[in-house]
Amino acid sequence: MNGLFSRTKDLQASMDGFIDRVEKAGLIFFEGLKAYFSGKMERFEEYTIELTELESKADAVRRDIKYKLYTHMLIPESRGDVLGVLETLDDVIDITEKVLEHFSIETPDIPEFLREDFLDLAELSYKSVEELAKASRAFFTELKLVNNYVNKVHFYEHEADKLEKILKRKIFNSEKIKDFSKRVHLRYFAEKIAFLSDEAESVAERLAIYAIKRRI
Amino acid sequence: MIQILFYLSSGLFLGWSLGANDAANIFGTAVGTKMVRFYTAAIICSIFVLLGAVISGAGASHTLGKLGAINTMSGAFIVALAAAFTVTWMTKAGLPVSTSQAIVGAILGWNFFSGTHTDISALTKIVGTWVFSPVLSALFAFLFFHIIKFILDNSKIHLIRLDSLTRFGLILAGIFGSYSLGANNIANVMGVFVQSSPFKDLNLGSIFNFSGVQQLFLLGGIAIAIGIFTYSRKVMMTVGSRIFKLSPISALVVVLASSTVLFLFASQGLKDILISHGLPSFPLVPVSSSQAVVGAIIGISLAKGGKNVNFRILGKISIGWVATPVASAIIAYVALFFMQNVFMQDVFIK
Repeated sequence: MNGLFSRTKDLQASMDGFIDRVEKAGLIFFEGLKAYFSGKMERFEEYTIELTELESKADAVRRDIKYKLYTHMLIPESRGDVLGVLETLDDVIDITEKVLEHFSIETPDIPEFLREDFLDLAELSYKSVEELAKASRAFFTELKLVNNYVNKVHFYEHEADKLEKILKRKIFNSEKIKDFSKRVHLRYFAEKIAFLSDEAESVAERLAIYAIKRRI
Repeated sequence: MIQILFYLSSGLFLGWSLGANDAANIFGTAVGTKMVRFYTAAIICSIFVLLGAVISGAGASHTLGKLGAINTMSGAFIVALAAAFTVTWMTKAGLPVSTSQAIVGAILGWNFFSGTHTDISALTKIVGTWVFSPVLSALFAFLFFHIIKFILDNSKIHLIRLDSLTRFGLILAGIFGSYSLGANNIANVMGVFVQSSPFKDLNLGSIFNFSGVQQLFLLGGIAIAIGIFTYSRKVMMTVGSRIFKLSPISALVVVLASSTVLFLFASQGLKDILISHGLPSFPLVPVSSSQAVVGAIIGISLAKGGKNVNFRILGKISIGWVATPVASAIIAYVALFFMQNVFMQDVFIK
């Protein structure tokens, strides 16, 4: 029995560590974009590398958790749900990484008058990830709080959605941007940033359902 | 020896059937949801059923003895056979049948056949307990559910840790459940043989005394264990879907509640304590573990808000309270007639 408890302690630590990484990915995503929008390219590139490393570590942790859950026959009732949550959380990390990577490769030129909106959009997406991480922690330890956090994810996703539309209208209505191709390029990045909050929302919805299933 | 084993065979068959069916009441969800391995469950269940039967089995079987003291081996053979037949038959018909009710009916059949006076007070005590036990089980389940829910809501136990704690809890509850099952239900299996048992008390030294009744119960316990190992896996795998799917923690509540009921109606020690403090005590009566489980599940449903309670199943159970003993009594009566007049065996001594 002692063996069982020590084994589960490791696993518990891995799971908590994985959720910490999700939260950190959101934070690096936001700080990276902040650096990009203020023209600090060197710092931006540092964040991009950091996020790439974090993503591959998170992948390894997730695989390890999956392996342990199956070999030790743990939580048979909610194993599928837990793996589902971890996999979709991993997708969230992937998206943060991909967005920074695209910025790094394509280096879109963000006009001065749009920077604040872009930054706000990045912050809303980051906040949705932050609340998602809290919801995931609650799912493992304090079920009754899951819904509070899920509602906050919904809120930030909705706000991000609104801002995304405003931003896209500004992009296409402004006289300051001459090339159509540039407008499309900017729209693409607005959508990419907002997509992070969409993904956070879909994971949050899964969590809400799994939380109901887990109630005794 | 062969004659003794032949006469005991009907009781041993009842024991086998009890092991096959009732072990699932204790470990069904735990094994069905893969929280506990079948062999772990089977070993624990067998050991503690045996211990319960040998250590605490006397109380409930004493009550059955008061109802009808079957005084020949061939009579006891027929009584147990009639009960076994009724259980098998009603199980096939899909009715929630209880060995306790079948054996009581068969004893009544013997009483009628032999012209023995039936102790009405013992009978009302037994029947009253049948009605009371699922109700009590529902109450316990309601209470335990709220206690566990309160603990879970107010302690931040990680899902993974909760998983190990639940497994540990299911095993502990299983130990308690198996002991209670053995203590309470061995009377159904071997109770009718107590009067006519040929086993002599064994004294090993001055401290260790192994009575003839305990030897009989040991044999019955072994039959139950064989039932557990040979057939209960099948029942365990289907027990979840049979009533409805329970989560491992709900299963823990169900096992605790139903086992507490079985224990209360079997423990001589507890009875003595209650009496010595001037408190009302529980009669020692064999009750149905399946019906206690159904009671506990209803208790949980009520605790959850009572939306999904299937009250028809209660109707079915109450039909069983009447139909099972009546059917069993008639079968016993007819079989005793044949045993006496065709096979020329003394089924009772005047």
